[in-house]
Amino acid sequence: MKKVWWKILCAVFLIYTVIAGFLIDVPRLPILHETIRNQYFHVCMWFAMLILFTTSLYFSIRHLSSGKQEHDIIASEATNTGILFGILGLITGSIWARYTWGAWWTNDVKLNGAAITMLTYLAYLVLRNAITDEQKRGKVSAVYNIFAYVMMLVFILIYPRMSDSLHPGNGGNPGFNKYDLDNHMRMVFYPAVIGWSLLGVWIMTLRIRINRLSLTLSEREGT
Amino acid sequence: MLKEISALIQKELLLEWRQRYALGGILLYVIATVFVCYLSFKNVIDASAWNALFWIIILFASVNASAKSFLQESRGRMLYYYTINSPQAFILSKIIYNALLMLILSLVCFGFYSLFLGNMVKNLPVFILIVVLGSVGISSLLTMVSAIASKANNNFTIMAILAFPIIMPILITVIKLSFNAIDGSDFSYNLKYFGVLFSLDVIVIALAFLLFPYLWKD
Repeated sequence: MKKVWWKILCAVFLIYTVIAGFLIDVPRLPILHETIRNQYFHVCMWFAMLILFTTSLYFSIRHLSSGKQEHDIIASEATNTGILFGILGLITGSIWARYTWGAWWTNDVKLNGAAITMLTYLAYLVLRNAITDEQKRGKVSAVYNIFAYVMMLVFILIYPRMSDSLHPGNGGNPGFNKYDLDNHMRMVFYPAVIGWSLLGVWIMTLRIRINRLSLTLSEREGT
Repeated sequence: MLKEISALIQKELLLEWRQRYALGGILLYVIATVFVCYLSFKNVIDASAWNALFWIIILFASVNASAKSFLQESRGRMLYYYTINSPQAFILSKIIYNALLMLILSLVCFGFYSLFLGNMVKNLPVFILIVVLGSVGISSLLTMVSAIASKANNNFTIMAILAFPIIMPILITVIKLSFNAIDGSDFSYNLKYFGVLFSLDVIVIALAFLLFPYLWKD
């Protein structure tokens, strides 16, 4: 029970988010109206992605200093799951944009920044696949991961603050929104963030376990 | 360490002077690209297209120039360097050499570009400053990416794939800034972008300096 409490919490929060997100009242803001409910999904995806990428950065740095393969596995699986959440974030944003702005994609600083971040981390995946030697792969992808993270921070934190954006609220991505969250929304939003982030961590731990198991299997077959 | 760096830079310059591959080959690449653009855009193009095209040409020339810095070193030679140099001196010398190369190339490129496609820049000193800062930033980032790609079996494709997303912050800042310089906007408007560009340059070089030793050990 000790090990699964957070998974049960995650499931409960997510079910609560989906149900309460659509049933509880939301403040009426211009342009946004009911679609502000997207916040429970779209913004949470970015939070989860950031948490996963930060985890990946931390373990990349640890891998560089320690050389242990475990850290490399965690870094790479965190990045994989982070990419998944990033793509989901882009999709949820795009669907929202279709109904609010009338287009699936617009030429907006934040959107472009998010898309380029995805490209950067997809290039990370390509790099990992291109190197066959495990030790080398860990080190090289760790170095690239650090670069990618720094550039991501530039893209999603610095650029949007420097220019105007159509995107609702200027604190969108990981910053705190200036949506005039009222207490009703906060009741759903905070559990939603926790729920989605826990889901991301859950997926990541599953992938790490699969990866470790396949490594053990291949080692056993080798000897 | 300064002596190591200057010795390495001298070696690079000497090698370059013997074969003149970079100066000759990439210069020709730049001139040919400018000429192709000139032929494709028959009439005078507007400022934003001029600007974008210029930076795209610089970007591709930069990728080619930086790629050769690591991708053509054989394993034996790298081992030799490993025994006599410190990694920091090595990467700094490569960055300085590539930055110098890129500086010359971009200024020559700008010269040919104005010759064929017209000089639209209203604020020339600022534009030159932007070209200098931008090419230094782009070349140092690409040197580091080339170092990373050299570990992946010296593949040029992987270098391009890795380089393009990461180069975007610098590229976007530089394009915005130079567009303002072309228009002749007030300088103070640009200060925050200059700040971003300068800090990006510093961050890239600092990261390269810190992280290259990890790539060094083969």
